[in-house]
Amino acid sequence: MTTSTDAFTNTQLGTELTIDEIRDGFELLDDWEERYAYIIDLGKKLPPFPDEERREENYVHGCQSQVWLIHHLDPDTSRLYLLIDSDAMIVRGLAAIIMTAFNARTPDELLKVDIESIFQDLDLMRHISPTRGNGLRAMVGRIQNIAQAEAA
Amino acid sequence: MNQAAPRTPQALDIEQVRRDFPALNQSVNGKPLVYLDNAASAQKPQAVLDAMDQYYRESHSNVHRGAHTLGDRATMAFEGARDTVRGFLNANSISEIVWVRGATEGINLIANGFYDRLGPEDEILISHMEHHANIVPWQMLAQKTGATLKVIAVTDEGELDQDSFREQLSERTAVFAITQVSNTLGTINPVTEMVAAAKEAGAFTVVDGAQAVPHMSVDVQALGCDFLVFSSHKVFGPTGIGVVYGREELMHEWPVYQTGGEMIHRVSFEGTSFQNSPYRFEAGTPAIAEAVGLGEAIRYLDGLGRDAIEAAEKTLQQRVNEWTADFPGLHPIGTSSNKVPVLSFTLDGLHPSDVGTLLDQQGVAIRTGHHCTMPLMERFGVPGTARASFAFYNTVEEVDTFFQGLQKIQRLFAE
Repeated sequence: MTTSTDAFTNTQLGTELTIDEIRDGFELLDDWEERYAYIIDLGKKLPPFPDEERREENYVHGCQSQVWLIHHLDPDTSRLYLLIDSDAMIVRGLAAIIMTAFNARTPDELLKVDIESIFQDLDLMRHISPTRGNGLRAMVGRIQNIAQAEAA
Repeated sequence: MNQAAPRTPQALDIEQVRRDFPALNQSVNGKPLVYLDNAASAQKPQAVLDAMDQYYRESHSNVHRGAHTLGDRATMAFEGARDTVRGFLNANSISEIVWVRGATEGINLIANGFYDRLGPEDEILISHMEHHANIVPWQMLAQKTGATLKVIAVTDEGELDQDSFREQLSERTAVFAITQVSNTLGTINPVTEMVAAAKEAGAFTVVDGAQAVPHMSVDVQALGCDFLVFSSHKVFGPTGIGVVYGREELMHEWPVYQTGGEMIHRVSFEGTSFQNSPYRFEAGTPAIAEAVGLGEAIRYLDGLGRDAIEAAEKTLQQRVNEWTADFPGLHPIGTSSNKVPVLSFTLDGLHPSDVGTLLDQQGVAIRTGHHCTMPLMERFGVPGTARASFAFYNTVEEVDTFFQGLQKIQRLFAE
């Protein structure tokens, strides 16, 4: 692991910013343009992804866009930190929502997060449905597998 | 013979034509559907749905077997559809028309026949713009036989580089397999001339007609190719069925692809002999209703008239050209002047998947990604494109809605 702990913890996603706040934010938006503008803005909150981590083992397959994902388990707090990157703006925004739901939790807490119902509430279910080609589901699966491995 | 009476070419009444396609008349995400993913799969006219429904209600049984009336009806409908396809391609005989699941299976069936014919001294010539279905079966064949896969270059305009073709074509070329129309770029290739040159060099010639048949008359005798494949679902017929055309002299001797019931002449434990074409390639119970549906789709197209269809598409292409001529930030990939109405493009600063998602929010269906042509994407240095592909049932207003949708997306990202 070459990436420093700071690179992982230097984010508000899942710490200051919570899913409840995103949910409240969504409720104020009427049309698709506002909703997606908001998603795109969320994507801009993703912390920088270290270039040297763009490696095959960190690549999430099954996505139309390129997606990378790395994690770090803080030995002091036992919390799991994530970094996600994509070259597609909407996928970045959706990744920010996923990070907000999962980030800075212990593996056990993370595994209890009902990501499907969060996406249902935000009316974004279609993005993580099995039929969708953008790989959000692959991203979620990768995170849950990491949490399972770290919890064991 | 199930040929529709030829009609005088006249302009299509698009609004009336659209009423023939139930799927076009719906809303998606609260907006009227604008279906521009026709190169992936086209929608079906009511006549096709009715023909399949009626077949199941009144005529269904297994084919070529029943000693009863329904069996006869099913066989008549099934073989009638084969003859409709024969007419559609202007093939000589129904022995030349084999049912398969689609163009992909068709190419596999043809390639399968070369496994005992090719050796290390042979070459297979394809192009850089082929769909994976017209690459991978030949790649596998080359690996197994030691033959060499040669690739015709594509120009910056998205046309086949004819110099590259002539340089690589030789008496070593055993197979020449080429798409008539590029699924990603829409380019119409000069297939007739290229097939003639390849035959002159002594090669077997295979044409992937999947993207051509929805847009133009395809005449296998005029093309002069040995084989041609297409898929029903791209030509307004049902999924699950497609066609291999193969010249009769070849087909009766061509190695069988799958074995089992129906395709045999005589079976004993000492050995089995096979039927003639097309039945030697059709093991098991075929997709009967789908064959009937495809036959009806062809009749529907004949009823509209190929000239009228081409004229309608030309109008759409002109409108697309007007928009792309001055659209800041939009880069068309494939700018040949000889195209079917397909627009592959990138938008500055945007990933194709962003474009697809945000057009979908506006009711506009396009495809994004590599379009099963990864080598071609690499050739143009893009990870993928957004692709809008049009059919005769699309309107000029829909072209406008699509481009206005792109403008809206650009504004959204500019904020």
